[in-house]
Amino acid sequence: MKSHAEALPTQEMLINMGPQHPSTHGVLRVILRTDGEVVVNARPDVGYLHRALEKIGERVTYAQYMPFTDRLDYLASMNCNAAWAWTVEKLAGIEVPERAEYIRVIVCELNRIASHLIAFGSFTADMGAFTPFLYAIRERERINDLFEEVCGNRLTYNYVRIGGVSADLPEGLLDKTTEFLDYFEPKIPEYNNLISYNKIFVHRLANVAVISPEEAVAYGLTGPNLRGSGVPFDLRKDEPYSVYPKLEFDVCVGTGERGTVGDCFDRYMVRINEMKESVKILRQAIAQIPDGPVQAKVPRVFKPAAGEVYFRAENPRGETGIYLISDGTVNPYRLKIRAPSFVTMNIFEKITKGLMISDIVAVIGSFDIILPEIDR
Amino acid sequence: MESLATSLVQAVPALSAVPLWSLTLLFTVAVAAVVLTFALTYAGLATYVERKVAGDIQARIGPNRVGPVGLLQFLADGIKLILKEDIIPAKADRFLFALAPYLVFIGSFAAFVVIPFGVGLIASDLNIGIYYVMAVTSLVVVGVLLAGWSSNNKWALLGGMRACAQIVSYEVPVGMALLPAVLIAGSLSLQDIVRSQGGLLGIFGWNLFHNPFTFFSFFLYYVAALAETNRTPFDIPEAESELVAGYHVEYTGIRFAFFFLAEYGDMFVVSALATACFLGGWHIPFLSAAALSPLWGNLLSLGVFLGKTLFLVFVMMWIRWTLPRLRVDQLMRMSWKYLVPMTFFNLLGVSVWLLAFHGRGIPQLIASMLGR
Repeated sequence: MKSHAEALPTQEMLINMGPQHPSTHGVLRVILRTDGEVVVNARPDVGYLHRALEKIGERVTYAQYMPFTDRLDYLASMNCNAAWAWTVEKLAGIEVPERAEYIRVIVCELNRIASHLIAFGSFTADMGAFTPFLYAIRERERINDLFEEVCGNRLTYNYVRIGGVSADLPEGLLDKTTEFLDYFEPKIPEYNNLISYNKIFVHRLANVAVISPEEAVAYGLTGPNLRGSGVPFDLRKDEPYSVYPKLEFDVCVGTGERGTVGDCFDRYMVRINEMKESVKILRQAIAQIPDGPVQAKVPRVFKPAAGEVYFRAENPRGETGIYLISDGTVNPYRLKIRAPSFVTMNIFEKITKGLMISDIVAVIGSFDIILPEIDR
Repeated sequence: MESLATSLVQAVPALSAVPLWSLTLLFTVAVAAVVLTFALTYAGLATYVERKVAGDIQARIGPNRVGPVGLLQFLADGIKLILKEDIIPAKADRFLFALAPYLVFIGSFAAFVVIPFGVGLIASDLNIGIYYVMAVTSLVVVGVLLAGWSSNNKWALLGGMRACAQIVSYEVPVGMALLPAVLIAGSLSLQDIVRSQGGLLGIFGWNLFHNPFTFFSFFLYYVAALAETNRTPFDIPEAESELVAGYHVEYTGIRFAFFFLAEYGDMFVVSALATACFLGGWHIPFLSAAALSPLWGNLLSLGVFLGKTLFLVFVMMWIRWTLPRLRVDQLMRMSWKYLVPMTFFNLLGVSVWLLAFHGRGIPQLIASMLGR
């Protein structure tokens, strides 16, 4: 007599999640080995969007590379633009006018809100609630309108320049930004009432894919994913650049308020809270912004002295580090970009073992990865 | 149907030459056509309403291009779906793949036969009405599982397995939650169940207010029924963001439309059951439908019944666009650990109540106390 297991053998199933899948936030492919609904192993396969952005950097001049940074993290182009500018300025030792720095911080923080809104919206949509996504888009649309006035573009801004910004802010833009902040700030509690503390939502996320602080540091997580594990590390505070030292804000960390510190819910809440902090920063920056020029003198044929530099900026998705070697010519000798989403994917395989297929979606959403940044 | 045919022969003696069975057949076909037309029109309009409701909730407009305020959108969609290429994947099991949508469709629309739309408006007043509904809607499971299996797609298979587990699990609480109404009416016929809720201003006769247990039963039924129709927050078999589209991921054109229509048909059926079993069915508040002329009685009662049912359908849409989705294990836990024991407890409570108070509900008890 055969035992039950012998008569009806079960086997693991190999499923391709992506590269075309609604919840992989782009062309991420996850190779799932599942035992029914339970994931035995989930291996991310990246590279479908590789455009050789680093190699291109060796072929174009420093200024010409600016539009390529738009395509690095298209939901936070301003931050990528600014990171590139800060890197090159650090390399060449360019002094940037203060007004330009304030403008950069304003657009960066606005972009951070826009990026976190998309993270919030698409994450809730992944969890099956489609309405918050539309609300997030509604708010982001107003930020896009502001950016359109600033630089004419709505997605790939190409606004920041080496040594400043391409143009001063248009008349009345700061008032419009304040107007937007007044409109936006009460929306955050609304989101929390609508979805964040919804029982089903909390049950889906609390205690799922917990990353301990030690693990988070060991795997090089940065940004909201690191802070979600309770590590208060924020480059704007810990390695200040630009005019951030003059601005007051708190570093949001995961508190495990509905489960364990470092679960999906914490990573989600960090982003919600960071939107509030960005609003705070924006209000101060608008109050403090001085008059003056917005562009430093940079030679038309820009040849920084030979040398190398590493600069890292706190972008919405984490630490965007740019390592740049100059050999004294008009083109960079070598350009290496440390993309936070790419580094984050390292821990993916480890923490998804034993979860269910639905949780994979939650993990991808809580990491808030973006594919052009992973593949560059 | 045969009784209708007999009465027609009595009314028009000239027809006595025609064999009775052909008249019966004619009536059957006519009634089936009426029910199917109603069901399809309803399903089409429901897709339009769903999109409008979703638009309203999500701060956007929704369909507004085809016809006045977009009302004809569903016709345009229907034509588009009919004209689409009918793709059957190369490695699919062709026969089962083609069969599955019809099983799902039949399963959900066959239930329309026993729904009591009005005083005399019922296609067939089966004496096992509720039992019949539970039985034919179970056909949906077979269709869904076949669709998932025959597509030869792993996502579809997962969706089919999930749907199967879910519908089978939730059939238990659905049936258990409906039983109190059966106990009170003493009959499985839906028409009898509705009749048992008359009197007392037409509202307090509802089973909903009969006693605390039936009150709970209604909500338990509604939650379980929501899960049985695979709607959010229980839409894990389709789970767009996880399983792409679940069991109907490989379906195109009119076959896909059948799944879609079946979903809306299902929504109507479970809402109609809730109306008939708990919300007084077609009883017109403050009026006795039987006392009115047949035409007005039927029309008014039809309006009341549809009003209540469509409101419940609307609530389902409202829930769908508000809540996120449960995980599959949470869904199972909810059914077996919470809903099933609670419905059992309710059933026990109703039985004890009926024994203790000789079948009278709270409103009747109050009425008799005031009368004394």
